[in-house]
Amino acid sequence: MSSYTAAAAIAVLLAVLGDLVVLRTALVRSRVWWSAYGIVVAFQLITNGWLTGRGIVRYSGDAILGSGRITFLGDGRVAYAPVEDLAFGFALVLLSCAAWVWVGERLGPGRVRKS
Amino acid sequence: MLAFVLAGTLPLHRHYRLNVLRQPLRLFLAIVPAAALFVAWDLVATAAGQWHFDPAQTLAARWWGLPLEEYAFFVVIPLAGILTFEAVKVVISRRARS
Repeated sequence: MSSYTAAAAIAVLLAVLGDLVVLRTALVRSRVWWSAYGIVVAFQLITNGWLTGRGIVRYSGDAILGSGRITFLGDGRVAYAPVEDLAFGFALVLLSCAAWVWVGERLGPGRVRKS
Repeated sequence: MLAFVLAGTLPLHRHYRLNVLRQPLRLFLAIVPAAALFVAWDLVATAAGQWHFDPAQTLAARWWGLPLEEYAFFVVIPLAGILTFEAVKVVISRRARS
């Protein structure tokens, strides 16, 4: 297995565990999270497509499922970006939102609007 | 790209009357630990040659091999995610009330 592929899979696992077990925010069981993620992933395809399609970020074929060739779809890529980036983005945004909710609960209801 | 993301998400703040940006401490505590983990991953992966940044399309300034934009990425993307999350929360609770 390729190194980025493995790291991305582990990142998703750790982010979900962080959400459910460590922070106990359980965003992955909420409709709010999945609705928000649906919006985020759509924009990720656009913005990350820009970064990868133009070769601003380039990947080694040894690290990803695909060959490293830049193509719109196929060869391990979706909208120019390696599929691993979708896992990377999911983990980053989930962990950030879980931390946001967790910190909010701890700073006290007086400082955080309940909605 | 980062400007595009901010242009798309910052207006949510006013439109949905969010108070995300009025809680700088909460934002700092939410974003920095997660960003630190991902920057560490990025540093290791870049050093290992898993990916690299086109010098012609990024700022010349580098911190430990990463262009400065890459550090900004790990602040801007979580912020955009949190703004989206809070905006969706408002939309869903409004619908539940109506």
